[in-house]
Amino acid sequence: MTENNAVIELKGLCKSFGKVDVLKGIDMQVAKGEVVAIIGSSGSGKSTMLRCINLLETPTTGEILWHGQNVQTEIESLYKYRASVGMVFQQFNLYNNLTVLQNCTLPQIKVLHKSKEEAEKTAKDYLERVGMLPYLNARPAQISGGQKQRVAIARALAMNPEVLLFDEPTSALDPEMVGEVLAVMQQLAQEGMTMLVVTHEMAFARDVSTRVVYMNEGVICEQGSPEEIFGNPQKQATKDFLSRFRNQ
Amino acid sequence: MIQFFQDAANILSEHYPFLLRGVGYTMLIALVGTLAGLLIGLATGVLRTCPLSKNVVVRWLQKIANGIIAVYVEVFRGTPMMVQAMVIYWGYAFASGGNTLPLIPSGILIVSINTGAYMAEIVRGGIISIDNGQFEGAAAVGMTHWQAMVHVILPQVLRNILPSVANEFVINIKDTSVLNVIGVTELYYFAGIIKRQTFQTFQTYLVICVIYFILTFSITRILRAIEKKLQVTDSFVICGSQSDPNAEIRVVKKPEVPND
Ligand SMILES: Nc1ncnc2c1ncn2[C@@H]1O[C@H](COP(=O)(O)OP(=O)(O)O)[C@@H](O)[C@H]1O
Ligand SMILES: [Mg+2]
Repeated sequence: MTENNAVIELKGLCKSFGKVDVLKGIDMQVAKGEVVAIIGSSGSGKSTMLRCINLLETPTTGEILWHGQNVQTEIESLYKYRASVGMVFQQFNLYNNLTVLQNCTLPQIKVLHKSKEEAEKTAKDYLERVGMLPYLNARPAQISGGQKQRVAIARALAMNPEVLLFDEPTSALDPEMVGEVLAVMQQLAQEGMTMLVVTHEMAFARDVSTRVVYMNEGVICEQGSPEEIFGNPQKQATKDFLSRFRNQ
Repeated sequence: MIQFFQDAANILSEHYPFLLRGVGYTMLIALVGTLAGLLIGLATGVLRTCPLSKNVVVRWLQKIANGIIAVYVEVFRGTPMMVQAMVIYWGYAFASGGNTLPLIPSGILIVSINTGAYMAEIVRGGIISIDNGQFEGAAAVGMTHWQAMVHVILPQVLRNILPSVANEFVINIKDTSVLNVIGVTELYYFAGIIKRQTFQTFQTYLVICVIYFILTFSITRILRAIEKKLQVTDSFVICGSQSDPNAEIRVVKKPEVPND
């Protein structure tokens, strides 16, 4: 992989909260169309890494490059950058005061300066794709977790992002709703969307991702193709993690 | 007893123009003062919950503004409104060399500033109590802090603090009575006039008392009905204090977004 086709590149990314070093030097490149599954035990810094990428957290040291440009010093606008790097949260984070449709139009209108009509058209396209068109006027409090997450994905897609970040998108869902969200994500992956997915869904990591990154204690312990990581892990920590997972 | 009801009826029938004017001014001052106080509360609440800027100069300005607001809140919640009325009204007269402000606007000003100090804490508590995920959901799509506030956070805050705002309104209906110290012609002021004309002190003030109660009771019911319609689930009053660290409301971490 050359630096030229890396959409996102992390160089020596470190993040500390007070005295706690959470990320201890992450180097990673993500190319267009890659689906990177990030696995690792809870507390290993997966969320923090994702949140650093769109600057919800400010890195302590290290660089985050977006098409080769440092996102903290070189890009034109933080807001435009965030608009092109969508984020889907474990807790959905839909705007509770707005309807499903408004959730998908507000960011387009305010950040991309689209007209209301244009924004609604785009929003409806994506809501249809995630199967939420019948719920345009529902409030977040009125729909299920799986439905909320599909709306959250539509909201992110409506911004026409180049990359989507998913932070455990199915971890807060009842088991019967996990499938509907994973199906949407799988379809996105097949259409070539560049995705970074923090997940505990090993089947998704194995079957959908193009690369698996195993994080342990703030560093990337091992990475490779799903076949390599699941079939023939090299590091003892990776083996332990995967076997712990199988036994659950 | 019969004599008493006759006296009360006479007061009502003979002095109803005074009473109506009194009720009108009391309600006007209380309503405008509460709404203006809410605006002060919104402005200060948004300022104080704004993440500190990375720009050193802006950060210092923010800290100074936060300090001024903290002093304002503490002073106006820690002193009686009656005294505030005297200090502000006569303070202006002193500073301007004897000019006085018109009375009704003075009354509105005093109630607004006083209510603003309480609203500042109500709004700040309302903003802090909104789940951080709402800020992050807005920041992550590229909204500015200000856009997130206006379109996502404040609508939820307003809905949640509605019971507290209604409460302030009812308190203000009663507390405008202290404005008679500077001669504002609200309901209590007219009670004094009626008393001096009728010499029926008890009867007069009991009539006034009943009128105050009817006002607050009916307003309370109306506002409750509105709250119910808006399905306000969580009502809370936050009693933070700037000087007592134990009562201080802590600001949870907000997503880092530059101020613009
Ligand atoms: N805002 C924060 N302040 C302090 N510590 C934090 C903060 N966010 C995360 N941490 C700590 O960083 C570590 C890694 O957290 P996280 O990135 O959420 O891990 P993961 O997503 O892999 O479970 C945890 O020990 C967590 O307590
Ligand atoms: Mg996490």
